[in-house]
Amino acid sequence: MPKSFKQTPSQTVGPFFAYGLTPRQYGYNFGEIASSQLTKSDTKGERISIIGKLYDGTGTPMANAVIEIWQADSEGNYAPLYTKDKFFGYGRVGTGTDPENRFVIETIKPGRVDDQQAPHIALIIMSRGIMQHVYTRLYFSDEAEANAKDPVLNALPAERKTTLIAERKQNEDRTEYHFDIYMQGENETVFLEF
Amino acid sequence: MKFKSRDRSSHPPYILPPYKSSLTRGPKTEPIIVPQSLTELTGPAYDESIVGELDHDLTRNGQTNGEPIGERLIITGRILDENGDAAANTLVEIWQANAAGRYVHTNDQHDAPLDPNFLGAGRALTDDEGWYKFTTIRPGAYPWGNHYNAWRPTHIHFSLLGPNIMTRLITQMYFEGDPLIPFDPIFAGSPAGAKDRLVAKFSLELTEPGFALAYRFDIVLRGPEATPFEA
Repeated sequence: MPKSFKQTPSQTVGPFFAYGLTPRQYGYNFGEIASSQLTKSDTKGERISIIGKLYDGTGTPMANAVIEIWQADSEGNYAPLYTKDKFFGYGRVGTGTDPENRFVIETIKPGRVDDQQAPHIALIIMSRGIMQHVYTRLYFSDEAEANAKDPVLNALPAERKTTLIAERKQNEDRTEYHFDIYMQGENETVFLEF
Repeated sequence: MKFKSRDRSSHPPYILPPYKSSLTRGPKTEPIIVPQSLTELTGPAYDESIVGELDHDLTRNGQTNGEPIGERLIITGRILDENGDAAANTLVEIWQANAAGRYVHTNDQHDAPLDPNFLGAGRALTDDEGWYKFTTIRPGAYPWGNHYNAWRPTHIHFSLLGPNIMTRLITQMYFEGDPLIPFDPIFAGSPAGAKDRLVAKFSLELTEPGFALAYRFDIVLRGPEATPFEA
């Protein structure tokens, strides 16, 4: 009979994570393992900016949250091990340094990871007041055909699917995807478990 | 390969009324359960090149003109999955208050001194058996605004990656014997029978004689489902 090992409980990230998780972004003298800038000069793929706010139940943008992303490269491949010279699909950004408490992530549009799923980016959200990080996904508004066949989007109530679709906007030569996240309320974002 | 789900009997609820800010920040709608795809079965991983020489030693990585003030501690333990298998080469990130109960974070307005020689952040990679080890200073308790005369027990924040994005865990480690633990709504929010897993145990055996006392804190992440027998 093997000994049973039970999961360690989750706890909130609290308000003071910045110098531990996102030190460079907030100006602390400690290296960081991930940032909001995923692209380098030689990264292949279409450059995009993901821009959004995270709203609490009172409609206020949250100023002390961390958003993490995990995504494939432009050809749909995940490269789990960090190396300096390859595209690494892990990003991390705090919402406390932007004057409007936005998160802005500079990355590339991921390719399709398999025949079924539409291009997407996984998100992990943590904050003071959130006892267990939540998972969600970002899909792209210009992928309507692929989105219509996506098994995750198709598992959602029809009226809530739009909460996972980021809106593409061209801002001069910058391609932006706007994606606001609502923790609660009428437009509460769909959160996922696996 | 399929991973076990987040175990509801182990984790606190999203809406935890004694912890005020959860009321407006925890989702109110049930999450939707979707299949585990390659996206969820992969996740960021690092090798030792990400960890600097002093990253695991918080008594040295923030020095500007001397040693930090406080009681030196070794914090060590193993990162395992639900099958008892080691999470090898996984990144452990920690952050904490200084000995006076003050965080370096500029938003912390608690009237207690900063320590010019203590940052309070560290990171380490587990070894092949899942062991990590930090040297630090015992953090102080500090007051917060949740309710009248609220004090957080002394704690250290932990961030774990594990083998994929489903094994991600953010938690807090508490110290055995801390009298503030029973009064803390964040600690108390985890289910009975689970919350004691957040309490590090004093270990004389792991102490470094003449240098630092030691606490042991093991962490269990979500693990793979056992392979079913063929029918």
